[in-house]
Amino acid sequence: MRIPCPLCGTRDRREFYYYGSEDYLKRPSDQGMVEDLDNHLFLRDNPAGVMRDVWYHEAGCGAWMVVTRNTISHEVLGSELVAKQKEA
Amino acid sequence: MPELIAKTALAGKKLVVSGTVLAEVDHGMVSSIAPYPGQEDVVGNALKPLGFGFPAVNSFAMNGVAMIAWAGREQAFLVGADCPDLSGLAAVTDQSGGWVSLSLQGPLAVQALARYVPMDLRLVAFPVGMAARTPLYHMSMVLLRVAEDGFRLMLFRSMARTAWHEIEVALKTLAARAA
Amino acid sequence: MRIAGKGLIDRTKPVSFKFDGKAYQGFKGDTVASALLANGVKLVGRSFKYHRPRGVLTAGSEEPNAMIEVIGASNQTPNVRATVQEIFEGLNTRSQNRWPSLRFDVMAVNDMVSPFLSAGFYYKTFMWPRAFWEAIYEPIIRRAAGLGSLSGKHDEGHYEKAFAFCDVLVIGAGPSGLMAALEAARAGADVILCEEDRLLGGRLLADDAHLDGKPAGEWVAAVEAELKALPNVRIMPRTTVTGAYDGGQFSAVERVGLHKGPRPDLPRECFWRITAARTVLAAGALERSIAFPMNDRPGIMLASAVQTYLNKFGVVPGKRVTLFANNDGARAVARQLMAAGVTVAAILDSRTDASAVEDCPVYLGAQVTDTKGRLGLRAITGTHVGGEFALETDLLAVSGGWNPTLHITCHLNGRPRWEASLAAFVPLADAVPNLQAAGACNGVFDTLGCLREGQAAARAALRGLNIAAADAALPTAEGLPYVIAPLWQVAGKGRAWLDFANDVTTKDVKLAAQEGYASVEHMKRYTTQGMAPDQGKNSNVGALAVLADTTGRGIPETGTTTFRPPFIPTSIAAMGAGGRGNGFAPQRFLTSDQASRDRAAPMIEAGLWYRPSYFPKPGETSWLDSCNREIGYVRGAVGVCDVSTLGKIDIQGKDAGRFLDLVYTNTFSTLSVGRVRYGLMLRADGYVLDDGTSARLGQDHYLMTTTTAAAGLVMRHLDFVHQSECADWDVRFISVTESWAQFAVAGPMARALLNGYLDQPLGDFPFMATGAVTVGGVQARLFRISFSGEEGYEIAVPTRYGEALFRDLVARAETMGGGPYGMEALNVLRIEKGLITHAEIDGRATAFDIGAAKMLSAKKDCIGKLAASRPGLIGPERAQMVGLKPLSAEKITSGAHLFIPGADLNRVNSQGHISSVGYSPMFDRDLALGFLVNGRAWHGETVRVVDRLRGIDVLAEVCDPVFHDKDGEKLRA
Repeated sequence: MRIPCPLCGTRDRREFYYYGSEDYLKRPSDQGMVEDLDNHLFLRDNPAGVMRDVWYHEAGCGAWMVVTRNTISHEVLGSELVAKQKEA
Repeated sequence: MPELIAKTALAGKKLVVSGTVLAEVDHGMVSSIAPYPGQEDVVGNALKPLGFGFPAVNSFAMNGVAMIAWAGREQAFLVGADCPDLSGLAAVTDQSGGWVSLSLQGPLAVQALARYVPMDLRLVAFPVGMAARTPLYHMSMVLLRVAEDGFRLMLFRSMARTAWHEIEVALKTLAARAA
Repeated sequence: MRIAGKGLIDRTKPVSFKFDGKAYQGFKGDTVASALLANGVKLVGRSFKYHRPRGVLTAGSEEPNAMIEVIGASNQTPNVRATVQEIFEGLNTRSQNRWPSLRFDVMAVNDMVSPFLSAGFYYKTFMWPRAFWEAIYEPIIRRAAGLGSLSGKHDEGHYEKAFAFCDVLVIGAGPSGLMAALEAARAGADVILCEEDRLLGGRLLADDAHLDGKPAGEWVAAVEAELKALPNVRIMPRTTVTGAYDGGQFSAVERVGLHKGPRPDLPRECFWRITAARTVLAAGALERSIAFPMNDRPGIMLASAVQTYLNKFGVVPGKRVTLFANNDGARAVARQLMAAGVTVAAILDSRTDASAVEDCPVYLGAQVTDTKGRLGLRAITGTHVGGEFALETDLLAVSGGWNPTLHITCHLNGRPRWEASLAAFVPLADAVPNLQAAGACNGVFDTLGCLREGQAAARAALRGLNIAAADAALPTAEGLPYVIAPLWQVAGKGRAWLDFANDVTTKDVKLAAQEGYASVEHMKRYTTQGMAPDQGKNSNVGALAVLADTTGRGIPETGTTTFRPPFIPTSIAAMGAGGRGNGFAPQRFLTSDQASRDRAAPMIEAGLWYRPSYFPKPGETSWLDSCNREIGYVRGAVGVCDVSTLGKIDIQGKDAGRFLDLVYTNTFSTLSVGRVRYGLMLRADGYVLDDGTSARLGQDHYLMTTTTAAAGLVMRHLDFVHQSECADWDVRFISVTESWAQFAVAGPMARALLNGYLDQPLGDFPFMATGAVTVGGVQARLFRISFSGEEGYEIAVPTRYGEALFRDLVARAETMGGGPYGMEALNVLRIEKGLITHAEIDGRATAFDIGAAKMLSAKKDCIGKLAASRPGLIGPERAQMVGLKPLSAEKITSGAHLFIPGADLNRVNSQGHISSVGYSPMFDRDLALGFLVNGRAWHGETVRVVDRLRGIDVLAEVCDPVFHDKDGEKLRA
């Protein structure tokens, strides 16, 4: 499997750490409802098709990114830096 | 008064296999430079007296013994030169002792790295002047292509012996294949 | 028998090797199979189940019969295909799955009782009584099963692995592959050409084909020379592509030294990971047999194999050859044999409408119904349109048609398509993205067609890469159509084998269908067809054709089982190359490493680090003696310990304090410059991630320390929090773990040591203070922190001075009645003080559990704060950290469970566990930290500590985790 890092270019999957759904990017604050945490932490769709996950270029540049891929064809459709969303 | 003796990781070790040379390089000072948001250009200007600016992603530049290399997201390593005062512009740390620098040069260099480095090392994909963060086997590395058949590797100092051993094995294996 | 003037072996270079203890001679270029056949050896193995005598069936890696053990100095490799293993001087091999010898095998008794050993025999026979399963049946079955054997020793052989990248990967160097490689290479693409054989050419060489009116070998040599001269081409002979993976990645295994014998530094195999932008699969096709009665005898071979041995090795393993085929291909083999002077007894063509004109007898509508010759074929009988026939023959060459080698196209879940005109499966286009099959593996069997397909596939690849085609000219070649009339099985009273390797006959397949295992997947598992080392390459299509016949469904409806990687049996040693022993993970060495080893300190692994366990002294009889002495240094004088392994993260920027407030449960933005604070970090789900101290070095400058174990984890976490929550803040951080060598100097005389050593004596330097100092003119950092409960300092210098500083500090400590201490002592010291490590914060503990709930600041948010307040993470039902003091001097162990005295010792009643134990000389007994349900309410009570694995059952008092200096008077002294 090959993953495109927005900074380093396409690299071998072994350079990356997989975290999980991009839902993890939307952390409820301490003002949130405890009940919502189950959704945030544990409940996930399992789509047959396009999925967006958070990956970390751990053995590379240290960037976190959202990778879009297709769970049926395994095609990787793109990736974008997590930090972009905050820096923009 | 105590007198502390400084030691590099591998005491200047050198190995030659079939015309390919692996050697520890005493890199002198290494400073990490991480500009704060929006300060990259200002930091680049501050570095100009050294003969280069802040490096673009995946690149490095040399001027004599001094070098600046992209070393990961939003950071660069200034090697072989004292870091100018960048207070307020960038976070600067002394990384001199934290890394071992190896030079790998010669006809077996590319193939030796291809035993451990999972990225495309062909010249079209990784030309001279390019820097990459990529692992050497399981070890974090800053890899610089200094020539068609020449590389500079920076690895964690504590792993210097393992890194050396792995590259030595690769070189000897390649030599045995050619024999 | 060798044929003069034939073959691509080097007859000037004789090579001797051993098979079953006997020396044989072949020539350079021979395989074990070709050399044995040349020496008249027909019997080379025994079958898996019936122990039937078997000979060579094929000339390639798909060989199901001729599997041997190769015995090296440090290796014994089973199930090596004799058809692949090249001979070299000194090669030592032996047959397998026989006892006491290949010619006389006791287990051949299985063959006599074969009517009872049909499909499902094991399932039906070894059912009752249940008590026999493990004790009796399993050992018997295991002894009887299996083919080759291992040495039982570590494989000390050298293996290699490597990565490669290219524009166009060409798999196979027959006519299609060579043409594809030539076209792509001339166009300037980066080409990797993998060929399983030692020679390029594929069936061009085996078929003795002609191109441009000349022997094909000349064309092959010219193409090879041109490719070799191009800098953009890498030719990889003896390399089998074994799997296709996502993203254009392929695995391949190269036989580097297997044909040379052991040489220093020469690997046996290399495992390649090749990433290709485009791929041309030109893997050819595999000939298949026909399931006629008693079709498994030594001397019955595939026609293509007979042809290969003739043309590539100059060997014909018989004096009177018969051919049995359902297609035209065998005719060429017969003609070449006759041209080489070999007697062809007859051609048996199953078709009634085929030509009968040959220079030898031709029987049309012919079927072989029986064969004779236990250890080597002697005669066959059968029927044809004119009646019955009986022939004396010692070599029967069989062709049941060809199966395209499309396996790789199925590795990403693609299924092949049945092509009735070829009576074979062909690959679907785009089954593997950016891969195109060409030539025989795509169902095109004539030479000209293969050349055309190879070129077209290369051009398609070039188009995809935006590279202009080169227009290499095609040579002229034979373009005969492939004519076949399917014949899968021949009726008769003898057994007819489908899967030679696993002894599956047509009867077994029929039985499976009768007993309800009619789906192809069920049939496979019931009969074990296709589950041998050849993975059904020789039998899949035949078996499902027989299944289709039996069930009355067609072959397309019956379908086929899935081909999965690896394409050939692949040694785990090659896949895991370099990973044995120290190669498993990098070794991280401290700057004090040599100094510790000089003192004979045994090293223990702490993550990837090697840390001294203890520093033995003369007269000490066990590690415990040393450990107790070293504890005494710290409690009574001064001890020195290398603590550089702790993660150190330098954090700078105007928002650095704010950032720490976000990742730590407690507040750091309020910390004064020059002070250190203990911090606790939570995961997003509220459990404890890590703990450590962070120092404020300047207004916008902090230094965080992490535990050794979690340094990488914390870095990843900080990167995530920063990039996902506050990438726009003025904060930057980087690991400086390796930049500083840091040493603990702890004990009542620690300050005295430092005062005599630092360039300036310490002034007011309270507990949890930090400041810059110099030692010998070197800039250093000093922290007053303690992991032992004694007055303690940690001094950090740039790493290059680490070794010198350690040696100095130890020497000074020794003059003061102290010295170095190792991990064992460090562990006891921290247990006595109730300080946690990842044995306690093991991913299941919350701040509440470790008694640190108060560290969650109410005034601010932090990662994991809300999650930590979830129901179930706080409250009396939680296992809470406690101290445990045994009532007696008996040993206790970490991992032991805690029970209420009197309660039954079962899983449900377990009230917790012990996480850390150390022998405390101060208390003269083991002390432990552990987790006990509602433990803080149990202080003063007694629990039962039980470790059934180690036979421990001890009563212990529950107490506060801090055993020593609870009020911290020594710490702050």
